[in-house]
Amino acid sequence: MNGSVFKRVGRVLRGQRGATNAAEGMHTAVPNEVDTTHGPILYVENVTVSFDGFKALNNLTLYIDDGELRCIIGPNGAGKTTMMDVITGKTRPDTGQVFFGQTMDLTRMTEYQIAAAGIGRKFQKPTVFPEHSVFTNLELAMRADKRVWTSLTARLSGEQRYRIDEVLMTNGLNDLRQLYAGQLSHGQKQWLEIGMLLVQSPRVLLVDEPVAGMTHQEMDQTGELLTRLAGAHSVVVVEHDMEFVRSIARKVTVLHEGSVLAEGSMDEVQNDARVIEVYLGGAPC
Amino acid sequence: MNEQNLFKRLLADDRGGQALLASLAVIAVALPILNLVVPASSALHVSTYTVALFGKYLSYALLALALDLVWGYCGILSLGHAAFFALGGYAIGMYLMRQIGDRGVYGNPNLPDFMVFLNWKELPWYWHGFEHFWFAALMVMLAPALLAYLFGWFAFRSRVTGVYLSIITQALTYALMLAFFRNEMGFGGNNGLTDFKDILGYSLQSNATRIGLFLASVLALALGYLAARYVVCSKLGRVVVAVRDAEDRARFIGYKTESYKLWIFVFSAVLAGIAGALYVPQVGIINPGEFSPLNSIELVIWVAVGGRGTLYGAIAGAILVNYAKTYFTGALPDVWLFALGALFVLVTLFLPRGIVGLLRRRRMGKTAPTNLVNSL
Ligand SMILES: Nc1ncnc2c1ncn2[C@@H]1O[C@H](COP(=O)(O)OP(=O)(O)OP(=O)(O)O)[C@@H](O)[C@H]1O
Ligand SMILES: [Mg+2]
Repeated sequence: MNGSVFKRVGRVLRGQRGATNAAEGMHTAVPNEVDTTHGPILYVENVTVSFDGFKALNNLTLYIDDGELRCIIGPNGAGKTTMMDVITGKTRPDTGQVFFGQTMDLTRMTEYQIAAAGIGRKFQKPTVFPEHSVFTNLELAMRADKRVWTSLTARLSGEQRYRIDEVLMTNGLNDLRQLYAGQLSHGQKQWLEIGMLLVQSPRVLLVDEPVAGMTHQEMDQTGELLTRLAGAHSVVVVEHDMEFVRSIARKVTVLHEGSVLAEGSMDEVQNDARVIEVYLGGAPC
Repeated sequence: MNEQNLFKRLLADDRGGQALLASLAVIAVALPILNLVVPASSALHVSTYTVALFGKYLSYALLALALDLVWGYCGILSLGHAAFFALGGYAIGMYLMRQIGDRGVYGNPNLPDFMVFLNWKELPWYWHGFEHFWFAALMVMLAPALLAYLFGWFAFRSRVTGVYLSIITQALTYALMLAFFRNEMGFGGNNGLTDFKDILGYSLQSNATRIGLFLASVLALALGYLAARYVVCSKLGRVVVAVRDAEDRARFIGYKTESYKLWIFVFSAVLAGIAGALYVPQVGIINPGEFSPLNSIELVIWVAVGGRGTLYGAIAGAILVNYAKTYFTGALPDVWLFALGALFVLVTLFLPRGIVGLLRRRRMGKTAPTNLVNSL
């Protein structure tokens, strides 16, 4: 907790420069450099989001370090998905600040700008393009200039094809590459969506419930993949499956009623009196 | 050589498109011969009336193609697409009015008859330039494009989708219809623009001109098809389909989806405008009725009947339904509207992918389809 206060001060000191940089970022598709010299890559500070008076996020403050693998748990309705919505620009916070690195103000950027800047997201409900082949799904997600006129004449380079092949190998969908994505099973769709994240080469991956609908074996593979990605990327995983979280977690944040209830290692968190109360009192996950 | 390759790539895997272009080539050769060469006494003679009728169908087909791009591929059910068609029609109509010169009833060399009738002393500013064909041709595309751009910019930016979007497109064409009905607008009020004499110096009454217009329609449809095919086979086309099926997903992988919708909407409006410009000289009149909401709805039915999301399906639908309409309105005029309604209900209930969907299913059986759209 002490550490985060320092980080925050560091960022606030740079606030002015940050604002201008973010404004510039709005006019270009080229991602700004993410400034992580102070450690965190994501700053979520005092964020409140209310829906018709109900506070889905309540003064939430959270920092994600560069290269970190963070698990976020919490009962249904704790605000986990809403938090991702705020980071990716889908929902605007009523109050509070969200920064990507020290300089990019995410609350002033649109969804596509945030994606281009390097934040990728997997939805809670797997969402792929059903009437495109698995290959095309990856092609569309691929990191590239995504403006309209460029797309009209864009063709995949050999290097990009290679990258897609690589991802198809990684996520085991190589044999299904020509299949319509709509025909995949639930678990395969999850894998495809993760693959779509990978080809974007984002700095931060926000993964909402990645193992729902997966077999144990698939879960193990997913866990392995996510831990491997951490380091070069920052990975934020929201998950209900405790066994899975335990298998990958280094640091866990517990959300409850829109704010952080506890933070620490899995053991610390599980022995926290308030966490036990929330989980025993509320619906078990 | 490169063009050759592109052409081949566009039509590879596209049986429907191949059939379409082949049919267009056949009628482009056959109809002029049957009209101009075969004597009128022969049973094989095709009347000029029939040629013009075919030309009209072809312009409708181009309009249907335009709608399929936004509806079939991008999921925007526009119920106001006839507005772009009518704007293109008015633009060429203004040129044709200016070509009349002093041959009008009132013999005024500068003012069209309806303006003389309204006691106007000079040409309104927005009529200037239309004495040149090139200018009118430009406006045929620019006017619909501008309207589509403004409308789309507001609608897509504010994320209006689904039924709401359909309703406001319908309101748009209705508002334009009311506006064009007004005499003060300077577009001939409820009579519209008519009594055209000639185009590019050729009399609109002559057979040769009629054939020329028909051939222009064939060419426009063929080129329009290839252009549309290029778009849907490009990455842009794949993004547009992605936006149709999961717009949020497309946003979160970095696409500014409203720009894609706007692009395809404007492109479609330009095609619709060209269709209107081919239509008007062949039927000899354009009036505010072309903006009627019903026209836009009929257009949707053509595309639904043919099968959306294939391009050639929309074209087939437009030609089939209009052929049926010509037949029914001649033989059983009271029945047509009911027949059209019934057709629509039957197609939505039993053929969600239209006639094309039926044929495709036959051919492919029940096996899982693989992705047929090749990367260019
Ligand atoms: N668009 C919305 N309008 C109204 N209420 C909303 C909206 N989105 C979320 N909520 C509410 O905000 C609260 C937090 O929702 P959120 O989806 O963030 O929870 P979650 O932690 O992801 O839950 P789960 O584990 O079930 O996915 C819930 O009570 C939800 O009903
Ligand atoms: Mg959730």
